[in-house]
Amino acid sequence: MIGRLLGEAGTRARIALGLAALVLLAAPAMVDDYLLTVLTQSLFFAYLGQSWNVMMGFAGLLSLGHAMFVGLGAYVAGALFVHFGLPPVIGLFPAMALAALVGAAIGFLGFRFSIQGVYFALLTIAFAEFIRILFDHFTWVGGSSGLFIPVDNRTVNDLVHLRGTPEMFYYLALGLSVAALALSRLLLAGRLGHRWLAIREDQEAAQALGIDVFRAKMAAVVLSAAMTSLGGVFYAFYFNNMFPEQIFNINLSIELLLGPIIGGLGTLIGPILGAFVLTPLSELLSALTERHALIGIKHFVYGLCVVLIVVFLPGGLWPWIARRLGLDRPPGDGT
Amino acid sequence: MSGARLEVRDLSKSFRGLKAVRNASFEVPAGEIVGLIGPNGAGKTTIFNLIAGVMAADSGTVTLDGHSLAGLRPDQVCRAGVGRTFQIVKPFAGLSVQRNVVIAALNLAPDIDAAERRAVEILDRLGLKPKRHQLAGALTLPERKRLEVARALATGPRLLLLDEVMAGLRPTEVDVMVGVFKELNASLGITILLIEHVMRAVMALSRHIVVLHHGEIIADGTPEAVTRHPKVLESYLGEEALG
Ligand SMILES: Nc1ncnc2c1ncn2[C@@H]1O[C@H](COP(=O)(O)OP(=O)(O)OP(=O)(O)O)[C@@H](O)[C@H]1O
Ligand SMILES: [Mg+2]
Repeated sequence: MIGRLLGEAGTRARIALGLAALVLLAAPAMVDDYLLTVLTQSLFFAYLGQSWNVMMGFAGLLSLGHAMFVGLGAYVAGALFVHFGLPPVIGLFPAMALAALVGAAIGFLGFRFSIQGVYFALLTIAFAEFIRILFDHFTWVGGSSGLFIPVDNRTVNDLVHLRGTPEMFYYLALGLSVAALALSRLLLAGRLGHRWLAIREDQEAAQALGIDVFRAKMAAVVLSAAMTSLGGVFYAFYFNNMFPEQIFNINLSIELLLGPIIGGLGTLIGPILGAFVLTPLSELLSALTERHALIGIKHFVYGLCVVLIVVFLPGGLWPWIARRLGLDRPPGDGT
Repeated sequence: MSGARLEVRDLSKSFRGLKAVRNASFEVPAGEIVGLIGPNGAGKTTIFNLIAGVMAADSGTVTLDGHSLAGLRPDQVCRAGVGRTFQIVKPFAGLSVQRNVVIAALNLAPDIDAAERRAVEILDRLGLKPKRHQLAGALTLPERKRLEVARALATGPRLLLLDEVMAGLRPTEVDVMVGVFKELNASLGITILLIEHVMRAVMALSRHIVVLHHGEIIADGTPEAVTRHPKVLESYLGEEALG
């Protein structure tokens, strides 16, 4: 398993990975609460980006509505806890199942009726909007005034109920991103991953080589949806509140895909790198906005980052850095 | 692995009134190489698309070893044992040459390692082994044509459909390809149906030639008989046979 995970990674890549792991593991002991929050959120977006990347980066399916899966995960686990006291460690299963089901519905509609490219992306937006409006009027979970999870600041970490210190949430986010990275790596190295790459590159050719395109795409959507919704469960118990206007908002859908685009679409490290560039940047800009009342600067800078990347490094930051560091794996697949 | 027998019966296909294929019937006996020739727009690629399940025929049947391919999707036709190349090449440009072929080999290979071994062996056969770590998008057109063949071959077909894989090759390269197909046919017994404009290759490979003109089969026989056929001389071979 570990062997397969590291696979073709060269010695330098292993050392780099080891160093990064060490720094991330030791971070809580070295930074203050504010920085820890920034790091936790960076890891959270790294996880979401990694989940989105399974669809777009691997299978070439553009989703602009991924916030819906974050929201579904958060609301299902949150509501089951608030109303029935069901601990999130169990609630995450129905949460992921519902997200997977919605993903399957989108996939079925999209792929049965050959809705492709931009139109598929529009379909994901339409679903996200539809679900947002639904939750706006869903009073059992608070409707538009949101759902709140009772905060009780425990000094004892309770992973079952996801209550605990900021350090616990940090390590949880770290665990999630590492797991998503490992899963992505295994998928890419396997049969399904190869099918996705083929479909991403040329669907007709993929089909001629015996690939059941419908099934492979369904697998990508369902998996990506389920992974993203697990991020939503984390969201619910980390922020302790959720509003349809926020959590199903297209802004979140966009924000979570900027990481992989800036870091490197379809690469394994790209989503992590992108999140660690953008989230701290966003925090910095929010601080500036507060002091100088520069409303909207965050989105302006995000837009600028995307333009710069698209123009100067269309493959994203990671492939460029990997080349500089000599971490490129021999078959230049960009993975 | 042995070759499969292809039988095409009364196949027809129209595109918005244009009859691209009309009542075409021919067969490719198991283990044989048959050439499909005809002028531009005769309907050759359309026949491939009908066999491969890319589009449904208006009427007629296609059977492989007696089993109908009707209603199958392209991936199902592939798994039934038909490998095809695209006239307009479709490499997975963003992937390495090797990964292109590994993906194809996964059609039959039990795991990635087996697929990789098979891919390298096939790339070697087609002279692409030295380029296997390059991106497929970086290949020249003749190399891309060979990659098309390598991928189709890697799926483990019993019938190989080759759509103008020699176009644009230099005469020496044509001879190499002819050698590759002869060898494949002899060693594995793969049945081959090839669309080809390069007469040098068609004549060298085919035991049998089917001539298509305006969607209709106007001649079907040995290379010698077909090239002497008056209709063929008139409609197609005329200028080439003289030139
Ligand atoms: N998908 C399609 N939609 C509409 N018309 C098509 C389609 N495919 C082929 N045709 C038309 O059908 C006719 C036959 O085309 P086809 O590609 O089969 O010819 P061909 O014999 O392969 O020619 P070439 O030697 O130029 O490759 C042409 O007139 C072409 O324009
Ligand atoms: Mg053609």
